[in-house]
Amino acid sequence: MPKQTYLLFVVIMLTATTSFAQDTTDAMANLEKQTVQDETVYTTATFKTTRVVSGQSVENTAPGVLDLRINHRFGQLNSGLYNFFGLDEASMRLGFDYGISKRLMVGIGHSTYQKTYDAFLKIKLLRQSTGKINMPITLSYVPVFAYNTLKTVPATVPKPSFADRTSFTNQLIIGRKFSDAFSLQLMPTYIHKDNVPNVTLPYTKRNTFAMGIAGRHKISKRVSLNAEYYYQLPDTQGPLSTNVLSLGVDIETGGHVFQLHFTNSRGMTEKAFITETTGKWEDGDILFGFNISRVFNVKKTKNHW
Amino acid sequence: MRSPLTQQPIRKKYFTKNGLISFFSKAQLENIKADNNQVLSTIDVGTGGIQFSVLINGFHFPKATMEEHFNEDYMESSKYPKATFKGKITDLSKVDFTKDGVYKVNVSGDLTMHGITKPNFSTDGTITIKDGKISANSKFMIELKDYNIKIPKVVASNIAEKIEITVVCSYPNKM
Repeated sequence: MPKQTYLLFVVIMLTATTSFAQDTTDAMANLEKQTVQDETVYTTATFKTTRVVSGQSVENTAPGVLDLRINHRFGQLNSGLYNFFGLDEASMRLGFDYGISKRLMVGIGHSTYQKTYDAFLKIKLLRQSTGKINMPITLSYVPVFAYNTLKTVPATVPKPSFADRTSFTNQLIIGRKFSDAFSLQLMPTYIHKDNVPNVTLPYTKRNTFAMGIAGRHKISKRVSLNAEYYYQLPDTQGPLSTNVLSLGVDIETGGHVFQLHFTNSRGMTEKAFITETTGKWEDGDILFGFNISRVFNVKKTKNHW
Repeated sequence: MRSPLTQQPIRKKYFTKNGLISFFSKAQLENIKADNNQVLSTIDVGTGGIQFSVLINGFHFPKATMEEHFNEDYMESSKYPKATFKGKITDLSKVDFTKDGVYKVNVSGDLTMHGITKPNFSTDGTITIKDGKISANSKFMIELKDYNIKIPKVVASNIAEKIEITVVCSYPNKM
């Protein structure tokens, strides 16, 4: 700070002596330059909302804001007219997210898939910014806890314990808003899965490493195209598991964000969509889905976030 | 120009980095107010030159989503980061900077925001001198369509077409 004060002093002295008889233009130019050096401007709206499609984006819910999220996936498009191209089936996740501070949000939810409860934190470790602090990326850490409550067939021995029903995901999100329209993020992820017998995926790996990549491109002020892909390291990928690819559109209308998408995954928690996807895009195992987000300002904040 | 007592030039220019500009939108469904208390302003008491510069993303709203929409959708602050006014007090002779008082003045100049400049923008304000300290106040209306700020129909009852702007600046710093 003393350095800046000194700089400002020099600037003022120069202004005072050199442009004494002129108008206020130079003085203002100097003030503006000084302010740009003194302030940190944080990048905002890297993504429209806190999810890209199924997975987390680098965005956090603002402090004091409660976000009610309803995620919905229908059945497979290739299931034919009898199944109304998948619309007869529905799987959902109902969740609440809340912003505690500008760097911390929490979320809880319940999914139809494996009757799973989940809870997560999203912690912003670095925030993309320019000015005094010049930071090219935003870095977030997301731990996710999920609890599978699916009833097992009576013959299952031994019965799954609490630990068997629990899965953990540790994810880093490295994101950057390259331009107003284009943002990209990478999501290295480690998943420790639950150990509840799974009929659709009988052979599985308990520990999976995956690298995710996701991006968005705005096509108008209120509409953007999103894509999300998770690549499981082959050594840690279950034999029937496929990598999840989702393509979607975000539509923003006031306090709502609607996300419409096509994906090959049914699950909506990290463990489920990253490691337990079995559908293949090339076989037409594609599901239509949507997320609806509605934010409520629980606490009015007057300060900066 | 020399002051007889100190043999120093008379300081004629003042500035602030903490001026306040607020705006208020009164619409059918909701009233929206936002403040920016990091307004840069300079005033030259010799010539009447007065200038303001304000960063759009420095306006703070009671709701985070409002602030995001304001920057992203309406003001496009990454494309047009600041709003400026550069003008003059047209009736400077009314103001006696050496005497405490509230002086009504007219200010005229170029008002620029959202990439559009309105030349000869004119409004009334007051210059207040108290204990030798200068402050400037003004309240005026602007129309969004003059600055090509488009409000979609769906939120037409949430955002007014005419916005009231309040300016409160005191100039503690000499230059």
